[in-house]
Amino acid sequence: MPFIPHTAADVQHMLHTIGADSIDALFDEIPESLRIQGLEGIPPGLSEMEIGRLMSERASLDGRPLSFLGAGAYEHHIPSAVWAITTRGEFYSAYTPYQAEASQGTLQLIHEYQTMITSLTGMEVSNASLYDGGSAVAEAALMAVRAHRRSRSLRLLIPSTVNPSYRRVVQSTAGNQGVRFETVPYLRESGCIDPVALEGYAGEDITALVIQQPNFFGQLEDVDRLTDWAHAQGMLVIAVVNPTSLAVLKPPGEWGAKGADICVGEGQPLGVPLSSGGPYFGFMTTRMEYVRSMPGRIVGRTVDLEGRPGYTLTLQAREQHIRRGKATSNICTNQGLLMTAATIYMTLVGPAGLARVAESCMARTAELVSTLGQIKGVRVAFAGSRFHEAVVLLDRPAAAVLRQLEAQGILGGVDLASDYPELGPALLVCATETKTTADLQRFVDSLRRALEAA
Amino acid sequence: MSQVPAELKYAKSHEWARFLPDGRVEIGITDHAQQALGDLVFVEVPETGRVLEAGAACAVVESVKAASDVYAPIAGTVVEGNAELAANPELINQDCYGRGWLMRVQPASATALEALLSPEAYSAVLASAEA
Repeated sequence: MPFIPHTAADVQHMLHTIGADSIDALFDEIPESLRIQGLEGIPPGLSEMEIGRLMSERASLDGRPLSFLGAGAYEHHIPSAVWAITTRGEFYSAYTPYQAEASQGTLQLIHEYQTMITSLTGMEVSNASLYDGGSAVAEAALMAVRAHRRSRSLRLLIPSTVNPSYRRVVQSTAGNQGVRFETVPYLRESGCIDPVALEGYAGEDITALVIQQPNFFGQLEDVDRLTDWAHAQGMLVIAVVNPTSLAVLKPPGEWGAKGADICVGEGQPLGVPLSSGGPYFGFMTTRMEYVRSMPGRIVGRTVDLEGRPGYTLTLQAREQHIRRGKATSNICTNQGLLMTAATIYMTLVGPAGLARVAESCMARTAELVSTLGQIKGVRVAFAGSRFHEAVVLLDRPAAAVLRQLEAQGILGGVDLASDYPELGPALLVCATETKTTADLQRFVDSLRRALEAA
Repeated sequence: MSQVPAELKYAKSHEWARFLPDGRVEIGITDHAQQALGDLVFVEVPETGRVLEAGAACAVVESVKAASDVYAPIAGTVVEGNAELAANPELINQDCYGRGWLMRVQPASATALEALLSPEAYSAVLASAEA
């Protein structure tokens, strides 16, 4: 059944009032050549019963694989209370409401979210969230261009240790607005930014350096030194971080002598299920001095005429509903529902709980890496400290090995062949707190068998 | 009715310009502009040394209602931004032709102000906008 409330009579009445004969006549200012006559490849509609059946059949094809995938989206335990509370009617909405101040509870929750993210990242101010990690990095690049008072170059350094998906999103978003990116290579031994290559940019007019920590390979960059170097060169520093890791790693606000200037990341690890890649949410925090360059909504806490606390959208003058084309962003909103889940997740696990999650992930991955490294035909790619991911090199193409593992119900990592061909056959593997020692053993045994088969 | 001092020159986009004795030009926004914006909460003035083209966006004035660009009425190099505005943006509401100046510019050409509107011509622009 169509969920359209207007009857044919309603439609005729509205058309008559406007003075148009038909719906087509209403849109006659759109030239014929620009109109689409039906959509190719889109089958006719299905009934609710048919679509329900189709979706459950498709979902069952996924099975319940044992997943060692990471690369930006992470499988974590989500306490049942998170989504039980998030899906209550009072919270169950995708966006900030249009009459925002009428929904004090929603605004209070966003304010709590901002407070928690600000505290986690060690920065001064947070927005109400963005679409996802990739778009948050793109928004940070554009923000750096606005916020930097002297740099006119529109050039940013994005090391190849930044998630390749994020780099592609940044290119398609900011690249089309005249921003240019230079890719800084990594060291083959450490999997970290090559300091000599970086030094090659010394003295040039560059707007910002992007630093991902832990980096895409799971390795820990020397963020203090990188941040101080960038600041000495007059660049801003954009930190791209995993929120779980911040429970045990130094927050970007404390990197180097001055701290990072803008901090962004993917919020999915905080209580959002993997769900085939989305929807997730991005977070963004910065220093107070750059707050007017920050895109998105910000909720402020204030008092009313009688001195009672209240919440309000603040600093809206540069948002798109007021500044149109000159707004800080025309492609952003907040991810209300996912941000709500993250706020409840953080509330439930607390700082100590989040640190236990992070430590457990690190321990699991360390255990996995040391066991995998003992298999003949497997080598750990990089030395040095890591968080909860690692690159392992194989003696044969990874795609075929992954197919064999998949046949045994195991998702054995992300094949790096297309983004990092110079590594040779390589897998990015991740073990979070959800994996038991038995799970790790099953993965290791299956991989050993796959590599023994000639 | 907004004030249009007789000794200044004006741009259609509601900026004023004043020749200082040292040959520099002081730039601000007009009384009409500050009234239209309402209470100012933030002002972003350009860095010293920035080279401005005539008509290019050179500053941002933000009120509780809107954030608006200020356009350079003449070409030149910024010598000084009004540092007092960072803490006291309301100076523009209180004294837009005096303490609320935005920046001082070394003009690219000595005859730069000649292309701008006279007080009479700017008043006519305001009158036609109100009509």
